[in-house]
Amino acid sequence: MKPPFEEIVSEHGPTVLRVCRAVLARPDADDAWSETFLAALRAYPDLPDGANTEAWLVTIAHHKTIDFLRAQSRRAVPVAHVTETRSASDAWEPSDDGLWAALRALPTKQRQAVAYHHVVGLPYAEVAAIVGGSTDAARRAAHDGIRALRRSYRNSESDILQKESHS
Amino acid sequence: MINSNDPVLAPIGADEAQTMTRLRDQLVAAAEADRLLDIAYRTVDSPVGTLLLAATDQGLVRVAYEQQDHDHVLQGLSELISPRILRAPRRLDQVARQLAEYFAGERRDFVLPLDFRLAHGFRRAVLAHLVSINYGHTESYAEVAAATGHARAVRAVGTACATNPLPVVVPCHRVLRSDGKLGGYAGGLEVKAALLSLEAGGPIAGDTLSR
Repeated sequence: MKPPFEEIVSEHGPTVLRVCRAVLARPDADDAWSETFLAALRAYPDLPDGANTEAWLVTIAHHKTIDFLRAQSRRAVPVAHVTETRSASDAWEPSDDGLWAALRALPTKQRQAVAYHHVVGLPYAEVAAIVGGSTDAARRAAHDGIRALRRSYRNSESDILQKESHS
Repeated sequence: MINSNDPVLAPIGADEAQTMTRLRDQLVAAAEADRLLDIAYRTVDSPVGTLLLAATDQGLVRVAYEQQDHDHVLQGLSELISPRILRAPRRLDQVARQLAEYFAGERRDFVLPLDFRLAHGFRRAVLAHLVSINYGHTESYAEVAAATGHARAVRAVGTACATNPLPVVVPCHRVLRSDGKLGGYAGGLEVKAALLSLEAGGPIAGDTLSR
């Protein structure tokens, strides 16, 4: 009894976008969303009935965002200036994006745990299944992440944004 | 979303709805390019209510009246054909245009690729005959039965018409009882009467029909 994929997009699209933006800056976050849903559409007929659709989507998004993170670290050679390949509006980060930027400044494990547990609402066991490691480790990473986030985000937004642009 | 203790993580930005629309449109285009869009659908307004239109890459596969419950119909398509279903109006532009012309009294024949995969056996044979009943003409259930070579299968013709997956385009509304009474219609008898009135050159009485 699978609902039409359209329902999956409307129901879970915004959540998956939050996951992607918690882990990646735009425009990579939006591209990761697109790749996640295209891969999900491809695999959808084989998804077992009764499976947790949200956890399934977050798992796909997890792998897609990791691909982008890897590509970023390969690209991260010091250069004089960054070549803009996208239109300015695509690369633009709104000012209320400060928290998301702060989230993305966390170590990868912490930011994934915060995104999957606090942003999506998955239980820690589910988070552990996606990122690997124990449930306790997932809980610890999320707690550490939230604590660091409170500190950094409350302190100074511009600091964080600056920190991120240098990282 | 379980983040009541961290409400600060809730908003993604004021542009979320806009971004979702843009990403959805990109997904539809990418799905179409990768041949992953098994069923595209859209709705159109008509004098007989909102119609659901759905197409495979073979052609128009389903037309449904509002009272047939569009969500229910889409769920059926998901189970019978494929769950790779997205709202994607482009594939149905031609269908929408021809329907608009039909309801405006400017079109007598639909020239569209049709996908009959939802009808099997005798029902399919009945539908194949129905497309040969011309605009403004009618036949009785018995005549249709005779035309398909099964003169006694009058009730089965009634069932084939009632389960026609492509109403309006495959004109089951042109089939009446031998005594001239309307018989049945999936869209409701008022709709059947309205279509026959339209084809007789009369008014379609749109406002009274769209409930």
